[in-house]
Amino acid sequence: MTSIAKPVVAHPRLKTNALGLTLRDYEGGMSTLCAGCGHDSVTAAIVQATWELGIEPHRAAKMSGIGCSSKTTAYFLKQSHGFNSVHGRMPSVSSGAAAANRGLSVIGISGDGDSLSIGLGQLSHAIRRNVNMIYILENNGVYGLTKGQFSASADIGSKLKKGEVNEQPPIDPVLLALSVGATFVGRSFSGDKRQLVPIIKAAISHRGLALVDVISPCVTFNNHEGSTKSYKYTRDHDVEAVEADYIPVCEPIEITGLSNGSSNGNGHATNGHADGRPANGDGDLRVVQLHDGGTVRLRSTDPSYDPTDRANAYQHISGCQSRGEIATGLLFVDESSRSMHDVLKTTSTPLVDLGHEDLCPGSAALEKLMGRFC
Amino acid sequence: MDPTDVSDPRYYHKVVDCQWACPAHTNVPAYIRLIAQGRYSESYLLNRASNVFPGVLGRTCDRPCEPACRRDRIDEKPVAICRLKRVAADLRDDITEHLPKAPAEKNGKRVALIGAGPASLTVANDLLPLGYSVTIFEKNHKPGGLMRINIPSFRLPAQVLDDECGYIINMGAEMRYGTNVTSLAAVLDEGFDAVFVGSGAPKGKDLEIPGRHDDPAHVHIGIDWLANVHFEHIKKIEPRVIIIGVGNTAMDCCRSAKRLGATDVKVVARRGRKHFKASPWELEDAEEELVEIIENHAPKRMVVENGTLVGMEFDVLEWTEDAAGKQTSTVLRTEIIPCDAVILAIGQDNAFPWIERDLGIEFNKWDMPVVDSETHQSTNPKVFLGGDAAWGPKNIIWAVAHGHEAAISIDLHCQGRPVTDRPPQGMNLLSMKNGLHSWAYDNGFDASGRQVMRHEELTKRFRDLQTEVELGFTPEQVATEVSRCLNCDIQTSFNAPKCIECDACIDVCPTACLTITKPQATEAELRKHLTVPAVNMDQDIYHSDPLPQTERLMVKDEDVCLHCGLCAERCPTAAWDMQLFDLLQPKAGASCHEEVPATV
Repeated sequence: MTSIAKPVVAHPRLKTNALGLTLRDYEGGMSTLCAGCGHDSVTAAIVQATWELGIEPHRAAKMSGIGCSSKTTAYFLKQSHGFNSVHGRMPSVSSGAAAANRGLSVIGISGDGDSLSIGLGQLSHAIRRNVNMIYILENNGVYGLTKGQFSASADIGSKLKKGEVNEQPPIDPVLLALSVGATFVGRSFSGDKRQLVPIIKAAISHRGLALVDVISPCVTFNNHEGSTKSYKYTRDHDVEAVEADYIPVCEPIEITGLSNGSSNGNGHATNGHADGRPANGDGDLRVVQLHDGGTVRLRSTDPSYDPTDRANAYQHISGCQSRGEIATGLLFVDESSRSMHDVLKTTSTPLVDLGHEDLCPGSAALEKLMGRFC
Repeated sequence: MDPTDVSDPRYYHKVVDCQWACPAHTNVPAYIRLIAQGRYSESYLLNRASNVFPGVLGRTCDRPCEPACRRDRIDEKPVAICRLKRVAADLRDDITEHLPKAPAEKNGKRVALIGAGPASLTVANDLLPLGYSVTIFEKNHKPGGLMRINIPSFRLPAQVLDDECGYIINMGAEMRYGTNVTSLAAVLDEGFDAVFVGSGAPKGKDLEIPGRHDDPAHVHIGIDWLANVHFEHIKKIEPRVIIIGVGNTAMDCCRSAKRLGATDVKVVARRGRKHFKASPWELEDAEEELVEIIENHAPKRMVVENGTLVGMEFDVLEWTEDAAGKQTSTVLRTEIIPCDAVILAIGQDNAFPWIERDLGIEFNKWDMPVVDSETHQSTNPKVFLGGDAAWGPKNIIWAVAHGHEAAISIDLHCQGRPVTDRPPQGMNLLSMKNGLHSWAYDNGFDASGRQVMRHEELTKRFRDLQTEVELGFTPEQVATEVSRCLNCDIQTSFNAPKCIECDACIDVCPTACLTITKPQATEAELRKHLTVPAVNMDQDIYHSDPLPQTERLMVKDEDVCLHCGLCAERCPTAAWDMQLFDLLQPKAGASCHEEVPATV
């Protein structure tokens, strides 16, 4: 809580995006979370990313379940659609929203409780279906709303405020997602917007479900010594495995310091291949074309790590985990697989724009259908 | 880069733009808060501590504070600081018992003040409570100097001036009214320990053009004419009047002329409007009274027929500006504007024919006494100058500021200490935190626009010279205007070791003032790396010690901070705090005799 709402006045030299809107136009209501909550920084990163992408606010849908994280959809994109669903059921509602309107940017916000305990099945199947959405998992290792019990993502050996030690193995959402077929997996830290914002932009532009696990410290119940999800612990153990840079379709880019760097004149990056194969022998840089025409440039810090190879990614990330490192960055991307729309052949015209005849084919069609069951 | 040194009072002082811009460093936000609380007498007294004429200046100040006001940078217009000052003055109770008093026992030192204008009266105000015997020489029969004889009563009622001069004089100054000092040597011969010259810049400039002296009865010098109007030596003026010059004196002349029977009043300027010296609000007030303002006309001659002034001829100019900003004019044509009288309001000079040149007072090449800009001392250690007398015409608030500084020097001099041994500025910082989300100030932002001063109806204004034009704010206007103040004296204070770099303050700041970023080699480089690059070089940027977790810096651009306290409210570790900054201004007296430490 704060004693006042955020004053309406903004910096007079605040930039506007392609739609003529400022960052302030992408904000929501005042946060009622604890002061210093990591989730508020994730909210700010979403505001930044959606503003930079120039998303029309009425073309976004904010989806959430229950928990501290799920409250945050109220704090950004105040002019967008939103649905605050039952605990753990955000993926189902999001699937419906995405199926009904391909034109929406579906932004799902969840937490480690909402996703990895009560909603684990929902999450897994949304990933399998490759629902066209960004799924941000604000991960703090505790149930904040119920006063800080361990959640399913708590690491073995992590301590609660009063000293209790977690002995059960954690569910790592990144490894889980890779194992059930995720096509876009990232991990970041609420305290590092330089990394988080480009990942969110690439994730929103990805076709299919983009899971972004964000270590987002609970400043009240899990930011002490002995915690493995504190600001300090995360900073000390964060290893950026893949640096990601999102380049929108229209913006000219300057590539400097690369021997193979070039630009084809209309602003598209040309080094690298759309399927993610390294460009001309540069082992570190991969350029992946996203479905909206933008590209994401991936640079692995370890040359042996290939973020476009699922098995390699799984191996690398679990290796980091065993060393006590938190691998962050855009960890895996596969832009070639089919999304839910392709598989289910959902209508390309949003349901809201379809006429009555298309939505209701009539009794003859119904009888024909029923005839199959006679 | 070293971290910003906030233990130097100047850092936070500069953040309080209005107080920084005010020559007397009046504590504006604090007195506005007192008005907001209805504590008008306390507000008046706080004001009076640095600016001894709140009632006068609440009507007549040149307001250096207002263009500096932060509100001007984030909103359209500054807080109406000057007119709020008048609210406190108008609504105060009898404050006489709270005024400083002169001790019964004098300290044996005698000080002469020449001229009873704002500079001298401020010196008297500061020295009388210390036990000095103060004698004021005044050529007129009432105190106030320029404030009385040059500012018309429709802008400044005599009662307001009488009250505020009285507060000082009634402490026991010896007044020698009707005494035109013609010899400084004679004053010094009376054995004063120090003499302060606060005699103003009383000589109006003349304009030597053909015809100037052909009908002298109809050509007036602005400040002399205003004085004659004040003393009722002049009670009317001809219908068509031309005023030459566009300073604030010209504005007083043209509006006074309207009240003495002129029906067609034109103010004529050599240059374009953006070069006018008059304050914008005084120009507006004159135009509201249907005074015509004519630009780009240079006086050529006065047209006198049969011994009577009938008009003035002007060169009509066109100004061009070269790349270096140098302006040159070309004459397009000449033009005669008919008139019956001319008032010359083109500036004032100091004049010291009464200061003998053998008193040890050095004069410079412009025949002005050499005066130290800090101590106000002349090259005769007993003689000090201040107000317009020191460096030419400024305005009342500067005279007050000079008076305070000169009083410190005179006190040091009389106590046998070097006048350069000046007491330092200090400050107090006090946390405003009341509770988790509660502050000891109103941190909400009021988006209301600046309140417009109510004026007496035009039809009622011209019946006499005494009808005050500005009516003051209504209670509703006061309530709105005080809430527009951003409380810039409630400072954002940062404690780097407590910071956990959660970004909460950066995310919540409504005006994008904050950034956590890597150190840069120079401040200029750092300015480019902020959330919104800090391009206003007049405003400082704060940068902290390295932060504990990443060694980056917390950087704050002071330019458009609203002082809303949200950074401190969202800070989980209280690394940010909102702290009331109170500038401790040195004054003549006790602080001169013992060191005042800067308290942080």
